Amino acid sequence: MIFWQLFVSYLKIGFFGFGGGYAMLSLIQNEVVVQHPWMTNAEFADIVAVSQITPGPIAINSATYVGYTVGAQAGGEWMGVLGAFVATFSVSLPSLTLMLLLTHFFLKLRNNRYVEGLMKGLRPVVIGMIASAALLLISPRGSDPGEQNFIDAWSWVLFSGVFVGSLFKINPILLILLSAVAGFLIYFPW
Amino acid sequence: MMRLLWQLFSSFFRVGLFTFGGGFAMLPLIQNEVVDRHHWIEKQDFLDMMIVAQSAPGPIALNSAVFVGYKMARIWGALVALIGIVVPSFTIILMIALVFSDVRHNPVVDSAFKGMRPAVVALIIIPVVDLARKLHWSMSVVIVSVAFAIWKLEWSPIWMIAVAAVAGIAWEDYQARRELKAKNGKK
Repeated sequence: MIFWQLFVSYLKIGFFGFGGGYAMLSLIQNEVVVQHPWMTNAEFADIVAVSQITPGPIAINSATYVGYTVGAQAGGEWMGVLGAFVATFSVSLPSLTLMLLLTHFFLKLRNNRYVEGLMKGLRPVVIGMIASAALLLISPRGSDPGEQNFIDAWSWVLFSGVFVGSLFKINPILLILLSAVAGFLIYFPW
Repeated sequence: MMRLLWQLFSSFFRVGLFTFGGGFAMLPLIQNEVVDRHHWIEKQDFLDMMIVAQSAPGPIALNSAVFVGYKMARIWGALVALIGIVVPSFTIILMIALVFSDVRHNPVVDSAFKGMRPAVVALIIIPVVDLARKLHWSMSVVIVSVAFAIWKLEWSPIWMIAVAAVAGIAWEDYQARRELKAKNGKK
């Protein structure tokens, strides 16, 4: 039963996807390309690209897309919509249940001395992790031009503009929209 | 109560709708909604939320939604926030899958994304500066080393989290013993 397989696969992805985002990609690939003949490697790369240019967490995007494709292959558009729902639901389920437990105990135990000590140790590490994410985006490990986020001087102009705008508390959504417009004006092959 | 649930839903709906790339890219938007706009959690607690959200499996955005939702309105809050963050991606991807997916190579879309990528990086750096200022200055050594170790040395963040957790608890234990000694010494 195709929906049951989708459910189990995305439940697994949700359960073992520690580290979020890009860390989950290899898990997804393993389920939908290697374990099940749901799509080719090239189709998988397309999904990653679509996930990059559409809003939302990549795990959700891929679940919806794969669910739709698999369902639609089995029996048309409406089966596709159902498949998308099943996959999206099951990838969210572990987050919901495990996070509820963790949050519950965290809120209870936060004033415990040792929990506080644990948090003290973790805070600088987490800040360092965010910084490393930014550094990786500026300078990716691979030298593939398709992976570069900073392609020319304009990239740095936009970067600085958004940085300063953000310091002045301009809404980040507005800043993203403005840079989309700027990107269109600069890079469109007029 | 209904009002709070609605605010939770719409806040995370906005985060889901305007977060491109996922992962850390959604942090500034979540911070904007839950810290600056609604004051649901303090800046210091925001960092704790991230730690909890990262220690559970699953997308960080979903985990953060569950954390904030549960803190504000228990289970219903968690559910509503989670649905809020999922609905935009679900709908948009479904539409793309239904119509056709080749927007990637559309020159308008492509050029807009070239503009958005550096913007996203700038937005990620802001909370680094913001959050680091809340800590003792000596911690900046740890922050820089961790960032460098992941970025250049490709060390796994999981090990660094484990070491930091043990170090934090050990330090607190050392402090506790010292206080106890001082107390006994006075007697």
